Amino acid sequence: MKELICILCPNGCALSVADDQSELAVTGQKCKRGQEFAIAETTNPTRTLCTTVKTSFPEMPVLPVRSATAIPKERIFDVMTEINQILVTEALSSGTPVITNVLGLSIDIITTASLENTH
Amino acid sequence: MKQTDVIVIGGGPAGLAAALAAHRGGAQTLLIEREPRLGGILKQCIHDGFGLVRFSEQLTGPEYAERDIISFKQAGIEALTTTFVTRIKKTATGFILTAVNETGVLTITAKALVLATGCRERTARQVFIHGTRPAGIFTAGTAQHYINLLGQMPTKKCVILGSGDIGLIMARRLTLEGATVLGVYEAKPTPSGLTRNLYQCLHDFDIPLYLSQTVTRVYGEERLTAVEVCAVDENMQPIAGTGQKIDCDALILSVGLIPENELAVSLGVELDPKTKGPLCNEALMTSVDGVFSCGNALHVNDLVDYVSESGERAGTAAANFSCKQRAEIALTADANFAYLVPQRLDLNDIDTKTIIYFRSQRILENCDVVVTVNKQEVLRKHYSHLRPPEMERLEVDFATLNLTSDSTLSFKMEVR
Repeated sequence: MKELICILCPNGCALSVADDQSELAVTGQKCKRGQEFAIAETTNPTRTLCTTVKTSFPEMPVLPVRSATAIPKERIFDVMTEINQILVTEALSSGTPVITNVLGLSIDIITTASLENTH
Repeated sequence: MKQTDVIVIGGGPAGLAAALAAHRGGAQTLLIEREPRLGGILKQCIHDGFGLVRFSEQLTGPEYAERDIISFKQAGIEALTTTFVTRIKKTATGFILTAVNETGVLTITAKALVLATGCRERTARQVFIHGTRPAGIFTAGTAQHYINLLGQMPTKKCVILGSGDIGLIMARRLTLEGATVLGVYEAKPTPSGLTRNLYQCLHDFDIPLYLSQTVTRVYGEERLTAVEVCAVDENMQPIAGTGQKIDCDALILSVGLIPENELAVSLGVELDPKTKGPLCNEALMTSVDGVFSCGNALHVNDLVDYVSESGERAGTAAANFSCKQRAEIALTADANFAYLVPQRLDLNDIDTKTIIYFRSQRILENCDVVVTVNKQEVLRKHYSHLRPPEMERLEVDFATLNLTSDSTLSFKMEVR
């Protein structure tokens, strides 16, 4: 039996996953997304990574980015290392990839804000 | 002198929603923001989890803000950024507001005001930590500002005091950026933040959470070199002999938020000691005619979606505002409620849908929220659990209840 907390919404349902050899039985979820989360969390846990990249703009020295979809949990620090190599030199708008297919995971790292020059 | 119908003070999610709603309500609207960019605190909340209620999507803070900023700009609403309001005076016909920015001193008149000034973090001096005054003591929001907006790391090895959501989010953020978070210490016996944040911010990164423990002293001259942590008893008083010195270069505080109402108070707006925000009616009008309050200035929310919702309500009401007699009755709540907003209902202006926000005072399992009018039950809603960190929202139709100025309107919690 594995105990975990669903992170998909603020309800934060306490889930239990029972491993009956062939099947995973999930209890404690208020919606079906909890079931999906518990199975993913047990077989291949993933997280959306949110961080920043450096820019050459003094007004906004860093720009927020995230993984376009969730990445495998155990690759978070590897992906951080990749993201920390980036320097944004153009006034990108929100949703623009700064890394495509990061570490061959078929996931892009995209900006979550637009670079604004306020002066 | 510049003239407008509605002035919204604050360009965060509450202010943006209020300005958009006031504009849609036909009012000439002006938004004033002290920072260069709109978006308020969302600019630095780069993590995801925003907008599930309003957009049915998991957005990051900047993404959520950008949606409102785009609508705001498309609507052609005027915004004065890098502009600071220094004074507001009430007149017979409205308000005279004084503000400063790089062009000088501005004087603007308006018929109605929306205060969307957000909240402030409680600081080290407000939680009585003894010792020296070294550099290295930051509120979680300040640390977040340094890392997420300025790209500067404020610590290599730190202790976090308080298990509020911002503290948990920062524990993860600092770890991702290479700092060591030695632990999150919480004086209360239960965590303050959302369960999912305990899981994805602490558990994911093996960051320990110590309950019923607090920081009692800081060490260091120029820079913080260590903190002392202590176990506390049920009255949150440190227990002698349990002190332990922990070497670190920073102490990050996540010990609560307080609505910012300096301007409101200067206008004579009455505050609720429970929410520390203005007492208001269902239209979110404060005790001063024509002054509306919304977002975290009204009460500290845990979801931005409800901040926007209250902004919209305040903005709509501000656009419709005309000075008329009020006939308000109080909404009273029993001791199980930490607070309830709005605190008053204007019988001259009852809508078929009144939105009530509340928090419980303590953790309650399997309980009912019961609304009574003159001791007669009019509404009962069941909750499997109520927890102080989680704000609840309830819609009530008061219009059909034939309320009069003598009616007693009460809210209570009954454990089944």
